[in-house]
Amino acid sequence: MPEINIKAEPIFSVFGLHITNSLFTSIIATVTFLLIAIYYSKQITASKKSGFFYFVHFMFKSINDLFKSILGDNIKFFLPLVLSFFLFILIQNWFGLLPGVGSVTIAIKEYGKIVHVPIFRGGNADLNTTLALALISVVMIQFYGVKFLGFLQYIKKFIDLSNPINFFVGVLEIISEISKVLSFAFRLFGNIFAGEVLLTIVAFLVPVLASFPFIILELFVGFVQALVFAMLTTVFLNGAIAKHH
Amino acid sequence: MDSEGLKALAVALSIGLGSVGPATAIGKIGSKAMEALGRNPEAESSIRTTMILSIAFAEAVAIYALVVSLILMFT
Repeated sequence: MPEINIKAEPIFSVFGLHITNSLFTSIIATVTFLLIAIYYSKQITASKKSGFFYFVHFMFKSINDLFKSILGDNIKFFLPLVLSFFLFILIQNWFGLLPGVGSVTIAIKEYGKIVHVPIFRGGNADLNTTLALALISVVMIQFYGVKFLGFLQYIKKFIDLSNPINFFVGVLEIISEISKVLSFAFRLFGNIFAGEVLLTIVAFLVPVLASFPFIILELFVGFVQALVFAMLTTVFLNGAIAKHH
Repeated sequence: MDSEGLKALAVALSIGLGSVGPATAIGKIGSKAMEALGRNPEAESSIRTTMILSIAFAEAVAIYALVVSLILMFT
């Protein structure tokens, strides 16, 4: 059986900070993301635009229309946040499917013996990445709730002393905010990690051609998970900034 | 039965039983969405949005079972 690790392994360290293979892949994905962004912003002012620009533009427009149906006119304010979530998760998910990710290994010394660990590993196949994304999402939801409603009005959702039922509803609201972090993090991690395990096992059982349909499936799953993450953030944002009675 | 066999049994049971509920739920969500679409075809975009969201919530339960079984298996 191929060896499957649930946690990312450190491949080298910079000034005592361990760089794991997931972090390494995330950095590459972030640089790719940045290059696409710079290219896009350069092309906006150019007189003759390339096909790639129109492709990216078409994607932005469809996502904008999709989220506009949830957020309404607030979309202008929130689009940068949710679109960044969507594109970053999408690029990371699809990076994990490139040939060589998980199969190119590097020899490192661990507890005095030489072990071979993959040099690339999908960024979202590490719980730390998805937990960070989930924390950013939930903290931003609270931040925008306070910004749009005012601190007192927003905190009334959680601590309401007007009658006992409202008090317990407030306690439930607090628990649901915490469980949002867990469910965001585990949903993304579980899907992407399960996909990697599936691809590894299938490639191990049938070496030729059998993993092809599964790679198509994983492309679809990566897209849907990015969309679901962004869309859930949008829906929760919409709930947080809405005035309640 | 030794502990290794029990562990394999626990892994298989946790993901097997854990995916029964979400599978039923996703099937039901899909069928209801089709029904709604048949009754009201012009509401397609909002039905699709809500359907994807509900499926994501139902699927999360299966993913929790998967995470539990992965943790059981690899630790």
